[in-house]
Amino acid sequence: MRNRDLSFWLFLTPVLLGLILVVIVPLIYGTIFSFTDWNGLSATTFVGFEHYLNLLHDEEFIDAIVFTILFSGVSIILLNFLGLSLAILVTRQIKTNNMLRTIFFMPNLIGGLILGFIWQFIFISVFGDIGEALQIEAMQGWLSTTSTGFWGLVILTCWQMAGYIMIIYIAYLQNIPSELIEAAKIDGANSWQRFRNITFPLVAPAFTVSMFLTLSTSFKIYDQNLSLTNGGPFESTQMVAMEIVKTAFSANEMAYGQAKAVVFFIIVSIIALTQVYYNKKREVDM
Amino acid sequence: MESKRKLYIIEIVGVLLGLLWLSPFYLMLVNAFKTKKEIFSGVLDLPEAFTTANFVEAYIDLDFTASLFNSVLITVVSVGIIIFCSSMAGYALARNKSKLSGALLLLFVSAMLIPFQSVMIPLVSLFGQVEMLNRAGLIFMYLGFGCSLSIFLYHGAMTGISKSLDEAAIIDGANKFQTFIHIIFPLLKPISVTVGILNVIWIWNDYLLPSLILGEDNATIPLKMFYFFGQYTKQWHLALAGLTIAIIPVIVGYFFAQKQIIKGVSEGAVK
Repeated sequence: MRNRDLSFWLFLTPVLLGLILVVIVPLIYGTIFSFTDWNGLSATTFVGFEHYLNLLHDEEFIDAIVFTILFSGVSIILLNFLGLSLAILVTRQIKTNNMLRTIFFMPNLIGGLILGFIWQFIFISVFGDIGEALQIEAMQGWLSTTSTGFWGLVILTCWQMAGYIMIIYIAYLQNIPSELIEAAKIDGANSWQRFRNITFPLVAPAFTVSMFLTLSTSFKIYDQNLSLTNGGPFESTQMVAMEIVKTAFSANEMAYGQAKAVVFFIIVSIIALTQVYYNKKREVDM
Repeated sequence: MESKRKLYIIEIVGVLLGLLWLSPFYLMLVNAFKTKKEIFSGVLDLPEAFTTANFVEAYIDLDFTASLFNSVLITVVSVGIIIFCSSMAGYALARNKSKLSGALLLLFVSAMLIPFQSVMIPLVSLFGQVEMLNRAGLIFMYLGFGCSLSIFLYHGAMTGISKSLDEAAIIDGANKFQTFIHIIFPLLKPISVTVGILNVIWIWNDYLLPSLILGEDNATIPLKMFYFFGQYTKQWHLALAGLTIAIIPVIVGYFFAQKQIIKGVSEGAVK
């Protein structure tokens, strides 16, 4: 099939139309209109970098970025630790390993919105009750402070995504030749040494994949944020995605919201590309 | 081989973790059977009498038959279109080794980097101007957002399918489209299952895009759940019954296809 063939282009037409009309045109159109006073329908004046300069003093937006970065950092560490631990657990020859895989993965299939509502109940009612029964004040009023809201989101994300990360690690763990482990055993390596020197280096590519996934997912989280805390108390647990939706559709500031969206796109791209680059480099060294 | 005793301890740890993982679902389900007063007096207790009234009321208020229908319709049609169009594109790009097709593949793959929030405002505005803020428009948007990963997976799978099959079909008088439909597409079935599963998971659960496109009349399950929850914020017995109802279709699906789902997800994630 050559470029000149009509069939080549016919086969590509539907997806090209989809990509161009749904992703590329809006991205270009939106970027252009972020330099105007666009209200979603029409724009009358070109304002240059005004919206972008305003962003520098927009505390709500900056707070959202800081919160998102902190949340992503903590989530990546915990998720990879949990995911790898669960993967090691279910790749042992225990009777329940298949059932456990099914259970750990289950939350991934249920949407973030619904999971957030379930956990809202757990944090408010269940934690409250347990806190009362055990006289632990810290367990009451979860989600009503900034730090408990933060940890609430982290717990929800870990519970939801650990099973997904586990699946990635399982795929790589199963590729480790068992002779390698046996040989190390004969040489007298204990289980920590075997993990440190064989398993860990060989699952490094899984770390690249899962870090990319956790980073890009946690950066773009919206549903869980909306249903668990709705950004509260006082917008202190609001992540970037939610801040952009609010600016555009609640405050009805389309051009300003789009400027935020462009900055968001740039941040996500830089992080994703840098991270893949560094992880690839590290893999080669091992 | 590990000692029996060590495996026994690992097994116990695993089961305990599994129970911990399931506990949110347990707490939701148990409390969905209680009255408002019972939830208030103790969330950890078992219900006195398992009352089903909450489920009936939540089912009616959720308008569940209608939202289930909408979710199924939108998911099935979108995923069907994504599978059909992306497999054709993956085939065309894999069989054509030119700079242009390499560039097109790169374009599709790099589009995966673009977060939805970066394009949603102009997207809603543009589709609104051509009166496409409806189910058809939504399905088309899912094609645009879903095709990147799908093409990437199909393109990878094509390397395992010999070119001599195409040539044989052409000699037998089939045109390119017939070759694709009768010879190539059936061979792509394993990857189609993966592509289907990955797309079903996100489209079924998507909230933000339907919330911007569809009104309450054509609401999908997540969208309806959002309205419903807002209405019953302080009435946990009804809210929890509603959440349980919304989860049931997913659990039933997972029960029947768990092997394929886990396999599909791991293939999608590793590539």
